[in-house]
Amino acid sequence: MNDRAQTYLPGTHPDLPPPPSMVGVYGWLRANLFSSPVNVILTLLAAYIIYLAFPPLIQWVFINADWQGDTREACRREGACWVFVKVWLRQFMYGRYPSTEIWRINTAYAILALGMIPMFIPRVRGKAWIAAFLLFGYPVVAYYLFYGSAFGQVVVETPLWGGLFLTLVIASVGIVGSLPIGIVLALGRRSRLPIIQSVSIAFIEIWRGVPLITVLFMASVMFPLFMPEGLTIDRLARALVGVMLFSAAYMAEVVRGGLQAIPKGQYEAAQALGLNYGKMMALIILPQALKLVIPGIVNTFIGLFKDTTLVLIIGLMDFLGTIQSAGTNPQWLGFAIEGYVFSALVFWVFCFGMSRYSQHLERKLRTTH
Amino acid sequence: MIRTIFYALTAAATAGLVASAASAGTLDDVKKKGFIQCGVSEGLPGFSAPDTAGNWTGLDVDFCKALAAAVLGDASKVKYSPLSAKVRFTALQSGEIDLLSRNTTWTLVRDTSLGLNFAGVMFYDGQGFMVPKKLGVKSAKELKGASVCVQIGTTTELNMADFFRANKLDYKPVVFEKADETLAAYDTGRCDAFTTDASGLAAYRIKLKDPQGHLILPELISKEPLGPVVRHGDDQWLDVNRWLIYALLEAEELGVDSKNVDEQKKSANPNTKRLLGVEGDMGKNLGLDNDWAVRPIKQVGNYAEIFDRNVGPKTTLGLERGTNALWNKGGLMYSMPIR
Repeated sequence: MNDRAQTYLPGTHPDLPPPPSMVGVYGWLRANLFSSPVNVILTLLAAYIIYLAFPPLIQWVFINADWQGDTREACRREGACWVFVKVWLRQFMYGRYPSTEIWRINTAYAILALGMIPMFIPRVRGKAWIAAFLLFGYPVVAYYLFYGSAFGQVVVETPLWGGLFLTLVIASVGIVGSLPIGIVLALGRRSRLPIIQSVSIAFIEIWRGVPLITVLFMASVMFPLFMPEGLTIDRLARALVGVMLFSAAYMAEVVRGGLQAIPKGQYEAAQALGLNYGKMMALIILPQALKLVIPGIVNTFIGLFKDTTLVLIIGLMDFLGTIQSAGTNPQWLGFAIEGYVFSALVFWVFCFGMSRYSQHLERKLRTTH
Repeated sequence: MIRTIFYALTAAATAGLVASAASAGTLDDVKKKGFIQCGVSEGLPGFSAPDTAGNWTGLDVDFCKALAAAVLGDASKVKYSPLSAKVRFTALQSGEIDLLSRNTTWTLVRDTSLGLNFAGVMFYDGQGFMVPKKLGVKSAKELKGASVCVQIGTTTELNMADFFRANKLDYKPVVFEKADETLAAYDTGRCDAFTTDASGLAAYRIKLKDPQGHLILPELISKEPLGPVVRHGDDQWLDVNRWLIYALLEAEELGVDSKNVDEQKKSANPNTKRLLGVEGDMGKNLGLDNDWAVRPIKQVGNYAEIFDRNVGPKTTLGLERGTNALWNKGGLMYSMPIR
């Protein structure tokens, strides 16, 4: 053995640890926050802004906030008055739905949750049946639970529906209804039959060309005037149809984007196998196209979910509407900010949830070409 | 301009419908279905706002209840439709609601071109001013050279300009886009006064850091008479609504309230006897029974009770009667003779 540095045969060199400046907290900081003079300045600036903004926010939200009690008088401190949210929580969640009947909404939520859980578990079989129930059976069950009258329950009329419950009803009807209509419209727009094509184009462009607020106004202000005398369609039903058709127009364009991304060879291969149009679309083209546009579809869903708050301008008391109207109770004036912060949090939770589910779906359906 | 076009369009679109709806007879419809569908505001402090139990409360809401008590015998037989300002008239025209009791100002254009009738005035509102007490101002006429916080693009701004010009006072408007911004600016002392509708001023005052340190000045510089609205052409229903307002006022004038209404039936005063149906057939003339005024007074209260419960001095809004006092106490509230 001589004193030379140890040498290794090719392929036998052990992995040495990286230099200390590249690992650990120090390495992470260097790589991510202080990698260049510009980044150093930006990091310091951001830290300063956080320093300015966060302590007062934390003070307001937690440290100086009032949590105890159930009257306005309980809110004596400078921070947020979460008592307001606590006292009104039932209304924020269910609106003016009679308190003795709230179990019906909760039952519907529970059935939905029970139906959804197996969808996340890979080993469960018969997912198609569960999905079919959720799409076709569940709305019927939910309708009879919410509205009543089928099994002798009290009828709860739609003006009493409200809060987060109403928001979820509008959003889910919009979401569930807009996807199939959107797919049909997208196929129609790419059809070679001139009438189908032009009708689809006209529908999409007209509905996409007007703001949702206009659609809601038309549904609630103009539409009743054209109805025959004595026939009034429920205000919520009108808004639901409006929201559904509106989002279907957007959905159609998203789906069409997916259809256009499918190579022509797929169509030709399907035809060469002797598949007719329906089978070609259902078995070959749409499964691929829809998978491609999952981010776009979920994007539309999230947009729709947040747009549902617009129904408050036509007097439907959705989640945001109940929060605003709670703030007009003479006993509870001046707590609008707490209400808005709470609603922002709830909306974020739902939208983030949808986003995570879409990522899960993308991973599950990924088939690398 | 847009508003005119909107009115014209709505009027044109409803012309046929209103005429035919008129013959339906809302009173009979209401009796048949057993409840009153009442259009209220989605939330206006003191006029209609939900409480934590989900019940509607407020002055406008109490009129719906009083009407249900008069027509159906039970103040709880009301179903409420919360309506935004935009959809309220259509809801009435299309028959979705039987009565609109939603802080609606009685104006000529609305009365004539929208196919509506105003049954009367439940609350005389008007634009007012709020000032910090430490300013020492007791009247709007003393606001010479004051800076006033006001919301931009509202009739409030125009009314204020008219008022100051008519009184030859100079002033400095400080305008904001949103109501809450305007109030925040006033609260931080950027202007000497804050202006909006008087009923709203009281609600805004509660939102200030120190509500007790501010004074609402007595002058009203615009007319905003608020009252219940019914469909045009249904005269019987209009009569019921109109005379119910008068009955509530008459009850206050005669000292009849929810607690003493049964004793008052034995009163020797002929006016009281007629109001409470002991003498005459007032109720029958309206298409109701002769206890028509007793039930609303008993179940909801006379006008003073309704006012005090919802917006009066003991509530958080703390409004004085002012223009809403009875005519013989310096206000504008005057009941036509019930005889």
